[in-house]
Amino acid sequence: MAEVSKNDEPTDVTPNVTEVEAVDAETPEDAVAVIEAPAERGEPILQVRNLVKHFPLTQGVIVKRQVGAVKAVDGISFDLYQGETLGIVGESGCGKSTVAKLLMTLEQATAGEVFYKGQDITKLSGRALKAVRRNIQMVFQDPYTSLNPRMTVGDIIGEPFEIHPEVAPKGDRRRKVQELLDVVGLNPEYINRYPHQFSGGQRQRIGIARGLALNPEIIICDEPVSALDVSVQAQVINLMEKLQDEFNLSYLFIAHDLSIVRHISDRVGVMYLGKMAEIGSDEQIYDHPTHPYTQALLSAVPVPDPEAREGRERIILTGDVPSPANPPSGCRFRTRCWKAQDRCAEEIPLLAIPERFVGKDTPAAHESACHFAEEKDVVHAA
Amino acid sequence: MTITEKTADVPAPRSGEDKSGRLLDVKDLHVEFHTRDGVVKAVNGVNYSVDAGETLAVLGESGSGKSVTAQAIMGILDMPPGKIPQGEIVFRGQDMLKMSGEERRKIRGRKIAMIFQDALSSLNPVLSVGYQLGEMFRVHEGMSRKEAKAKAVELMDRVKIPAAKQRVSDYPHQFSGGMRQRIMIAMALALEPDLIIADEPTTALDVTVQAQVMDLLAELQREYNMGLILITHDLGVVADVADKIAVMYAGRIVETAPVHELYKRPAHPYTRGLLDSIPRLDQKGQELYAIKGLPPNLLKIPSGCAFNPRCPKATDICRTDVPPLVPVTERDGAELVGRGSACHFWKETIHG
Repeated sequence: MAEVSKNDEPTDVTPNVTEVEAVDAETPEDAVAVIEAPAERGEPILQVRNLVKHFPLTQGVIVKRQVGAVKAVDGISFDLYQGETLGIVGESGCGKSTVAKLLMTLEQATAGEVFYKGQDITKLSGRALKAVRRNIQMVFQDPYTSLNPRMTVGDIIGEPFEIHPEVAPKGDRRRKVQELLDVVGLNPEYINRYPHQFSGGQRQRIGIARGLALNPEIIICDEPVSALDVSVQAQVINLMEKLQDEFNLSYLFIAHDLSIVRHISDRVGVMYLGKMAEIGSDEQIYDHPTHPYTQALLSAVPVPDPEAREGRERIILTGDVPSPANPPSGCRFRTRCWKAQDRCAEEIPLLAIPERFVGKDTPAAHESACHFAEEKDVVHAA
Repeated sequence: MTITEKTADVPAPRSGEDKSGRLLDVKDLHVEFHTRDGVVKAVNGVNYSVDAGETLAVLGESGSGKSVTAQAIMGILDMPPGKIPQGEIVFRGQDMLKMSGEERRKIRGRKIAMIFQDALSSLNPVLSVGYQLGEMFRVHEGMSRKEAKAKAVELMDRVKIPAAKQRVSDYPHQFSGGMRQRIMIAMALALEPDLIIADEPTTALDVTVQAQVMDLLAELQREYNMGLILITHDLGVVADVADKIAVMYAGRIVETAPVHELYKRPAHPYTRGLLDSIPRLDQKGQELYAIKGLPPNLLKIPSGCAFNPRCPKATDICRTDVPPLVPVTERDGAELVGRGSACHFWKETIHG
């Protein structure tokens, strides 16, 4: 299953990456963090730097003029390492799915870079882009609409081979598709069936098989289990974990179900209104959150244990997420934050390890975009 | 801030009528749908009851019959193809299935109201929310348009929609998801019903908004001492708000229990499987427990216990005999109030 061809990217791009990292690191402490992480995990396979996507709002029919922009993603940066799962959580409208589309280059980024093995894929086009896309695949949310009802399962899973014929020669495709069906736990004899003959969980398996067809290194999963029943969700999650071990895949796992994200992720990023609010290991985020939004989000999750309901402290946010077309100045969360002060309206908090935790050996020392970051254990509060 | 303690001892704000005691009794309800492919047995003998001020959570996967039961109670089933071959739905001592359409219409909205899952598609997009809220008063109470509109503003204030006066003439698309769900709640509350059926009220909402909406619902329920049937598949939400739980599978209730008991000691393998398969925020597990297989096709429900093809404990008797919902007792035979399990091996399941 190993691919030889995909490692020969131009070597002159690599220095570029270190440059970006240096620029990105605002404080010396930050630089330390950036250097430390790769030491234990190796080179990141995907580096996202200051990614921005603004959708223009236009007025007028004949002469269109731009009257504003929906700032769906407004400068986010993160790394994804080989074989790890990065969970992205956030409310609807915070830009998680736009991030997924940008990484797939289904949308053109307004600004910022996405480095896949040192190569900026936002600038690629044509043949080079096609080659990169082979290695980044996607599993969609809704298994009912993401499979063409008029194609057989064999055609659906085999379609990637039409676009990338070098992966499987024509005569070999049927066998390959059957192999894939077997890998995702479906009967290989189902190859001639149509999507409507399968249940939701089985369809999601078909979607996963299609994502695996080209032996990608990265799979972007946009809410892969939220449309499934509880008892079937566990099956699909287990399958995804098994495949990750088998093929050393990297997952970018986008979901709003925090307990599932915690279960599957090595690291978790919390997004709010187009910005990353907090990012760290699953333990750092869930047990030692320092950003008020993360704390509110975690405390709002109903815990499936009635014993916890009396003692648990709940932070109930007021209001709704503001419109990304007109986000609040300074910290975007300040309109719903109970800690907000004048400073929050004026200064945009940077995503960095909070000053008070710098150099300290505590799990609270992870990147958090808040002026008043403070540890608060909401999950074990009871 | 916790949403708890909503027992029947809170005095009812509305005087005159008796608002305590048993509200609804569903007895041996069957619902089937006659389709071209055969008879779909969606509900096969459901029994449950709700008292005033009580929250009953009906838990189940899609296709377990939880919504169909609710629609039968509301009397909004499409008949045909739906059919209720047997069963009783007793509301305050009267069997609603024997009532005329006119009588049922008087109960619907006034005594029993429903909150639907998807607020956007449940509201009429071409009418203002004020008009839709006011419709309850115009139709049921014969109010004038002006009075109804004033009432609508009052209701929107009740469910904490900011600037209710200005927003009363807005249309559904101008509201956010959480606000729309509040409007649905306001509409259900309009005539201060005795019983509210909430069908997945927060499934379409984000967690932070879900917390707001569930809080509001619990607060209003406490205030009016209403009975609440909460239909959901989210075990977390259930643990937060329910008093008692009925777990449904393939159109039958497989387990009933008070909320604390169910989570502590499930007495049915299906409930146990569901509880084991949730990844918990406060404990990161290794491999998730997964119930094998798929929910059954309601056109051909497995013989015997419907859960037998997926059950780790299934034996021959499970494949032939349908287990009745029997009372669950302690090891020494002491009664456990409100507990029942439809499993041949409930003893082994609950007592290890």
